[in-house]
Amino acid sequence: MAKAKSNTEDYLRMYRQMVRIRTFEDNANQLYLSAKMPGLTHMYSGEEAVAVGICEALTDDDRITSTHRGHGHCVAKGAEFKQMFCELLGKAEGYCRGKGGSMHIADQSHGNLGANAIVGGSMGIATGSALRAKLQGADDVTVCFFGDGATAQGLMYEVMNMAALWHLPVIYACENNGYSEYTKTEEIAAGSITARAEAFGIEAHQVDGQDVLAVNDLTRKLVARARKGEGPFFMELMTYRYHGHHVGDINREYYRSKDEEKDWRDNRDPIIRFRAHLVSEGIATEEDLDAMNAEVERDAAEAVAYALDAAYPDASEVDMHVFAA
Amino acid sequence: MREITLSQAVNEAIAEEMRRDPTVFLMGEDVAEAGTPFKVLSGLVEEFGTERVIDTPISEPGFVGLAVGAAMTGARPIVDLMFGDFIYLVMDQLCNQAAKQHYMSGGKLTVPMVLRTNMGATRRSAAQHSQSLQALVAHIPGLKVAMPSSAYEAKGLMKTAIRDNNPVVIFEDKLMYQDKAPVPEEEYLIPFGVANIKREGSDITLIGTSSMVQVAEKAAEILALEGISAEVIDPRTIVPLDEATLLASVKKTSRAIVIDEGHQSYGVTAEIASRLNEKAFYHLDAPVLRMGAMDVPVPFSPALEDLTVPTPEQVAANARRLCAGELIHAA
Ligand SMILES: Cc1ncc(C[n+]2csc(CCOP(=O)(O)OP(=O)(O)O)c2C)c(N)n1
Ligand SMILES: [Mg+2]
Repeated sequence: MAKAKSNTEDYLRMYRQMVRIRTFEDNANQLYLSAKMPGLTHMYSGEEAVAVGICEALTDDDRITSTHRGHGHCVAKGAEFKQMFCELLGKAEGYCRGKGGSMHIADQSHGNLGANAIVGGSMGIATGSALRAKLQGADDVTVCFFGDGATAQGLMYEVMNMAALWHLPVIYACENNGYSEYTKTEEIAAGSITARAEAFGIEAHQVDGQDVLAVNDLTRKLVARARKGEGPFFMELMTYRYHGHHVGDINREYYRSKDEEKDWRDNRDPIIRFRAHLVSEGIATEEDLDAMNAEVERDAAEAVAYALDAAYPDASEVDMHVFAA
Repeated sequence: MREITLSQAVNEAIAEEMRRDPTVFLMGEDVAEAGTPFKVLSGLVEEFGTERVIDTPISEPGFVGLAVGAAMTGARPIVDLMFGDFIYLVMDQLCNQAAKQHYMSGGKLTVPMVLRTNMGATRRSAAQHSQSLQALVAHIPGLKVAMPSSAYEAKGLMKTAIRDNNPVVIFEDKLMYQDKAPVPEEEYLIPFGVANIKREGSDITLIGTSSMVQVAEKAAEILALEGISAEVIDPRTIVPLDEATLLASVKKTSRAIVIDEGHQSYGVTAEIASRLNEKAFYHLDAPVLRMGAMDVPVPFSPALEDLTVPTPEQVAANARRLCAGELIHAA
């Protein structure tokens, strides 16, 4: 665990946010398994330290763009369970009034410009947000989340070039979970991912994505520098997804072994690791943390019950919002 | 006759053509070991190896571009585009490069490639995984466009597409992969530009593409109970379009509804309807009606999504009004 002595409050909030993501995902998976959720969804479980470590270094004015695996980013950036579950169930009180669903969830109040169902689809958006900040003299930073698979998209290289030429305040956060769908990263990515950013003169870092403090420390430093016009930056976060590519990807031994999954879960879990750190440093007791977990679970259960009972959007909403007024 | 799923039909077609012609190869995301997310291509890599069943990175414009180049120089690539919605990413390669080579070279270059992809809403996949974008490619001269309506068509059209010397885009409805239909064991091909009269009738012609053929057939059943005789026609390919069969039917019935799952405005339905108006005007007793998907991005919520695509009941209701001589101003 990278060491950084910060205040207890920050640490406990980071722990709590990671637990909130895990709990959200467990509930979402359950909704799928019990056929209560329409469609499919992609679980963020296992990658919590990435979203939390990064988003805890941002303010509400800072923007993020998210991915198809976006619940973690959404929670970490400050979203509420109720509106999130409502969105997953296609209910009117969801963040997108049920129109977006899991793959398009967005929360403008906290600077989340939205998940994206096109792999790499948000890279232009994130870089454009940073261009706006620069043009308008705003000091917010935009973080672009994307997976290792998305590094195969040509768009990434076009926008990184412009971001580097124009020193835009954008941080490219590559969540390398070792797989894109059912394929190992090494089979689809030639050479080194960070070297690709470096080719544009972009400072790039590889970091242990299971270590929330390491992620948070690095992000704080890069965000501060990006605010001063020293951007862009690139981070490759080494992480792992516990579930299948999506909730329906259950028999997956043909591409990923159970042993490998077990090893990550047992030995590198970001929550277990951080919990041990909090206890050993005397920041919290096991009982404190258990109580926090229980509270988060209650919140989630309440939000799920609420969302299940909530109303669907009225039929009249179907052709609303095609054009802005 | 044996029945197989649409998914198996596509798989068989590709396997047969790969056995027949060593220049045919397959390329796309997760096509090999995974056999695509819909498992349509399972087993092919085992038979043909990773040289001919190639997993690509998530680089759609890149691998479609490779297919164009390979096709121009002697191979017959089949590229798998996981979702029809990703057509937007490959538009330049498909429309500026593949579609125009033959013409621009004065007929000297050919691009014998197949792009197989899908379409169809109501799978709760939201706005970027549910679109039916056949109109976009059908608009571009030089591209052929096939829209199989069952396992039988899926197999026959795929085999023809692979042997065609032009770029062909095939849209499979992703909700139909598990639908079974009788498919002969013996080899057969379905020629492009030959419509299939699925059901004969005398009062109105229902022209449907892909899964809208089933919608039209169900509408015809509803109408039959009321004494209205509907003819149902599946064009099977929208480029080339079998105008003659459609015109003959409309001249006989004097009424028509065209149904396609793409957005209604500027769509496939508009093209077919206007050809019927131009060429069968004096035989018509009612305006030719278009029924497409609502002109909205596909919403996620089931409560909204189901409102966006034509249903048999809506088709039957419109047919009823046309047959009753009611002028319909808005479908
Ligand atoms: C342009 C595009 N191509 C393909 C897909 C299908 N798809 C969805 S997620 C995914 C894998 C993405 O892998 P990665 O970027 O590593 O993210 P991860 O799922 O591992 O978080 C693919 C191929 C898509 N949504 N968009
Ligand atoms: Mg990945």
